[in-house]
Amino acid sequence: MILLTCDNVSVAYDDVAIQDVSFSVEKGDFICIVGENGSGKTTLIKTLLGLLPTKSGKITMQEGLRTGYVPQKLSVKRNFPASAEEIVRMGVRSARPFLSRRERALVRQNMERLGIIDLRKKSFQSLSGGQQQRVLIARALTASDTVLFLDEPGTGLDPVALADLQALLMDLNRNKGMTILMVSHDMHAAVHTATKILHINKTVQFFGPPQDFICSECGKRFLGGSKSA
Amino acid sequence: MPDLITLFSYSFMQRALLVGLLVAPCAALLGVSLVLRRFSMIGDGLSHVGFGALSLAFALQVTPLPVALPVVILAAFWLLRLSENSKIQGDSAIALISSSAIAFGVVITSLSNGMSTDVYDLMFGSILAVGKDDLRLSLFLSAAVLIVFICFYRKIFAITFDEGFSKTAGIRVRFYTMLIAFLTTVTIVVGMRIMGSMLISSLIIFPALTSMQVFRSFRAVTICAVVLSVIAFGVGLLLSFWFSLPTGATIVLVNLCFFLLFGLWKKCR
Repeated sequence: MILLTCDNVSVAYDDVAIQDVSFSVEKGDFICIVGENGSGKTTLIKTLLGLLPTKSGKITMQEGLRTGYVPQKLSVKRNFPASAEEIVRMGVRSARPFLSRRERALVRQNMERLGIIDLRKKSFQSLSGGQQQRVLIARALTASDTVLFLDEPGTGLDPVALADLQALLMDLNRNKGMTILMVSHDMHAAVHTATKILHINKTVQFFGPPQDFICSECGKRFLGGSKSA
Repeated sequence: MPDLITLFSYSFMQRALLVGLLVAPCAALLGVSLVLRRFSMIGDGLSHVGFGALSLAFALQVTPLPVALPVVILAAFWLLRLSENSKIQGDSAIALISSSAIAFGVVITSLSNGMSTDVYDLMFGSILAVGKDDLRLSLFLSAAVLIVFICFYRKIFAITFDEGFSKTAGIRVRFYTMLIAFLTTVTIVVGMRIMGSMLISSLIIFPALTSMQVFRSFRAVTICAVVLSVIAFGVGLLLSFWFSLPTGATIVLVNLCFFLLFGLWKKCR
């Protein structure tokens, strides 16, 4: 089942522009978007989410599809007074000023799932990088139980937290049926966790399974002669 | 020193207290969001535009609120545009608009009847400023701000924290930003009469900054800001009456004391 189609999309945003990007996301995919700095990865993901306007082309989303977005952590304001629980609650879509019992249960369940329930009263800024990332993922899961968009979630994490994060995302994708689109810096990790690699440099350089990416020209260049597969 | 009962037997005191006790929490609520979104200067700019508008209303000898409100609302949307637009220097533009509005107000007043106590009251506030005609509108407006804020609290928190995520979660960020600007305008125009246009922005900024020094969740910061704002207003009003001090300025100084005390509390913890 196709969740999202990107059809010849071009975007002009500051200095970063993307040109004629076409690909589609199927249910159950784990797509890693890779590319060099300034290649338009973040621009692409923001455009897919409707945060940036397209110059041309068309993005079609499955009707009623709800997206869970984990933005780059740098975009979260420093010294903002907010508890972990308050942030996860932001994921609840509801017009009413107060949460229903069911909505509170959903928040709780997602915080438990990510092992941050004990941190719920803690302030976001006092948490470690890995814990903050889990809070933002719990918020995204509260907003959507089908598809997650993550923008460089590994930034600033120590190796242990990074491995935890990878395992968590793999589990969400393989066992909970979440579709994941992730911008990633780490090419090696990407070929191990993703089911598809989208390599962009203004335009699509490669889109397909990681095994094929490893053998492709750009894959070889990027992975720098690594023989792991 | 008159006792409290005598004090509040004066009808101007009753009116000032009534309006103040509604405006103070409004200002504090909106202030938390404005300060966190780095929009403090907009509040300041708006109060200066309000001064210009009120001067015009006095010169034309019409009821002030219906003139000032639309002018300041337009200014609010304009200032918001300016500060969102990164291509021009938003802060400089706001400073220009502020001083121009004050200059306009002063010139208008001197053309109509010369500088008088009216201008002084506009700038620094007066406890006598809330007239009988304004009372009902002031009460209605501040009650409306309170109700709207409480109804949209979750959404206001969401867009204050993270606009990008809020958009993807289906919140109309632009609409709510405009709503906050609108509510801020109403609060400023209503509160300006007592606090003075030079001093009203402190009613918005101080409580938020003070409570952010100590509290670490949005809800705690918001509640604390409201409580502090109301207490500071009440204490300031009483002190100004007992010691014949200017009301607006006294309230600002009480807020400053709270700010310093909370700073000390933070240090000592």
